[in-house]
Amino acid sequence: MSENEKRIVLEAREVTRIFPASNNRQLVANDKVSLTLHAGETLGIVGESGCGKSTFVRMLAQLDKPTSGEIHIFGDDISGLKGSAKRKSRRHVQMVFQDPADSFSPKMKVKDILCEPLMNYGLIKPKEKQTIAEYLLSQVELPTDFADRYTHSMSGGQRQRIAIARALALEPEILICDEATSALDVSVQKSIVDLLLSIQKKKEIAIVLICHDVALTRSMAHTAAVMYLGNVVEVVPGKQLGHGMCHPYTEALRGAIFSIDMDFSKPIESIESETPSPLDVPQGCPFAGRCDKCMDVCRITKPFLREVEPGHQIACHLYNKTN
Amino acid sequence: MLNMNHVTVTYNDRPTLIDFDLHMKQGEIVSLVGESGSGKTTAIRALFGLLPHEGYVSDGDILFEGESLLSKSEDEMARLRGSRISMIFQDSGAMINPIRRIGAQFVEYIRKHEKISKKEAYRKGVAMLEAMRLPDGDNIMRSYGFQLSGGMRQRVGIAMAMTFRPDLLLADEPTSALDVTTQAQIVRQMMDLNKKTGTSIIIVTHNLGVAAYMSDRILVMQNGRIVEQGDREQILKHPQQEYTQKLLAAIPTMEGEAYV
Ligand SMILES: Nc1ncnc2c1ncn2[C@@H]1O[C@H](COP(=O)(O)OP(=O)(O)OP(=O)(O)O)[C@@H](O)[C@H]1O
Ligand SMILES: Nc1ncnc2c1ncn2[C@@H]1O[C@H](COP(=O)(O)OP(=O)(O)O)[C@@H](O)[C@H]1O
Ligand code: SF4
Ligand SMILES: [Mg+2]
Ligand SMILES: [Mg+2]
Repeated sequence: MSENEKRIVLEAREVTRIFPASNNRQLVANDKVSLTLHAGETLGIVGESGCGKSTFVRMLAQLDKPTSGEIHIFGDDISGLKGSAKRKSRRHVQMVFQDPADSFSPKMKVKDILCEPLMNYGLIKPKEKQTIAEYLLSQVELPTDFADRYTHSMSGGQRQRIAIARALALEPEILICDEATSALDVSVQKSIVDLLLSIQKKKEIAIVLICHDVALTRSMAHTAAVMYLGNVVEVVPGKQLGHGMCHPYTEALRGAIFSIDMDFSKPIESIESETPSPLDVPQGCPFAGRCDKCMDVCRITKPFLREVEPGHQIACHLYNKTN
Repeated sequence: MLNMNHVTVTYNDRPTLIDFDLHMKQGEIVSLVGESGSGKTTAIRALFGLLPHEGYVSDGDILFEGESLLSKSEDEMARLRGSRISMIFQDSGAMINPIRRIGAQFVEYIRKHEKISKKEAYRKGVAMLEAMRLPDGDNIMRSYGFQLSGGMRQRVGIAMAMTFRPDLLLADEPTSALDVTTQAQIVRQMMDLNKKTGTSIIIVTHNLGVAAYMSDRILVMQNGRIVEQGDREQILKHPQQEYTQKLLAAIPTMEGEAYV
């Protein structure tokens, strides 16, 4: 297969998730999200908090179900799966959460946490736990004596590494990292990134990376998607994240990045206005109320994603030549 | 205003934070950066009087406005906390109960420190949320913790911590869970608070850009110790220690190398 025809491992088709909210209102957390993931590649997702990134990946990991739309993993629509087929397909998709403290039982030792998924699938025997746990710890550069500790007595960054080690234990084909490195110092982060990249190369795993660090996303992602208020507003080849992107929201994102090379004498730019509530997403373009390039058409008609150049899709009337 | 004199914190007989020495004037902003597990959270928890039970200050003293915090009773500390010294946690889940409504928690927090009616406290809460640019404060007050996204929970936690315009704000990775636009807003909000009310801030962050942008002084930590400190210019442009240099080299940049 050639580079740009890699096997599709996951495909989300017009995935919508609506939550009920107070006063009989509806919260549209994901609005017809369509994204594709290829074997051995990384899909980066960036966007404001609350824009629906976690909601989306929770459905990929089968922790939640779309209100409408389809998710295909290795060609199968996962919403129809039950029992052992569901269990089997779940094993392919592992997730590292934003907040690992929530997913660990305080009563379990690190070795039990690390080996739990392997035990559940009957892949190892109880007496192998110690050895396997020590191996997994070394993979994420933690001392092996952590095997007998409890997670509450660990720093945030150490807990995060435990979560990564556990997710990798099952050798998944799809790994979802929801803010998996944001609690780490940059030098540990770099070692985790190197680790993920080497595993990806060796085993062809596909990674969905949710990360607020746009520079880090750019360095890892083959494809990057920008989400805003439940909608995908721009999809670019990863390398273009930064320079080759043009949606007005993506530009605003870029202006808000802190970096050690920035001009410290200038105040940081960021969109001044507040994010509209996902409870009343404006008719027309979801970004209309905060966009400084907003035109009349933007308030009436919703722009859909369309390809402007190979691999680059954008949902904005500025780039819709027919308008 | 604050003197942490050679503070050592020990967990289960193991000294974890060693000889931590920090002196701050009113209105100063200091950031702690460095290795994961190096004791940054431990340092500010010691100051806040909220070390886990297996940890204690085994050496040194902590003076706030000239008074030792270590000799204060639990009651006295509880009164200081949340009004004169406030903290924003690394993991906001610690502060916000997922299965209670935000409104109930916010009202309870306000009424713990100020004698006002529930109605007034509720209104004050909504106003704080809106000052933090959280849309539809009323709906947020009626939501349960678990219904908010990680970033939104964090911003609610920050709004709560800022309610009483504390003299000292301790922020443990307040923006790690936030996107860049929200991060920029929160940073600005903290700096506004600092300018308007002279609140001093200690911020722990892994984002050296944020540290450099906000603070008068940056402390680099490794292995329980402060290995280097200085202003932005000194740390970013003329780092002396190998560890600081390694840290700077590991920062991903928009111009830097792409791995794929
Ligand atoms: N309750 C505890 N009992 C024993 N050891 C602990 C306890 N809490 C923390 N530690 C240990 O103390 C060290 C410092 O932890 P701390 O949480 O202060 O790190 P940190 O610098 O904030 O790290 P991070 O950047 O990952 O948040 C770590 O090695 C951690 O494992
Ligand atoms: N279980 C739930 N019930 C109701 N609303 C929810 C639930 N989970 C998420 N939401 C809402 O959906 C939106 C998207 O949330 P989320 O996917 O967590 O955002 P992100 O991960 O991009 O920060 C937010 O407005 C959030 O409050
Ligand atoms: S469609 Fe209009 S409002 Fe939306 S981003 Fe483009 S220019 Fe701005
Ligand atoms: Mg999230
Ligand atoms: Mg910490």
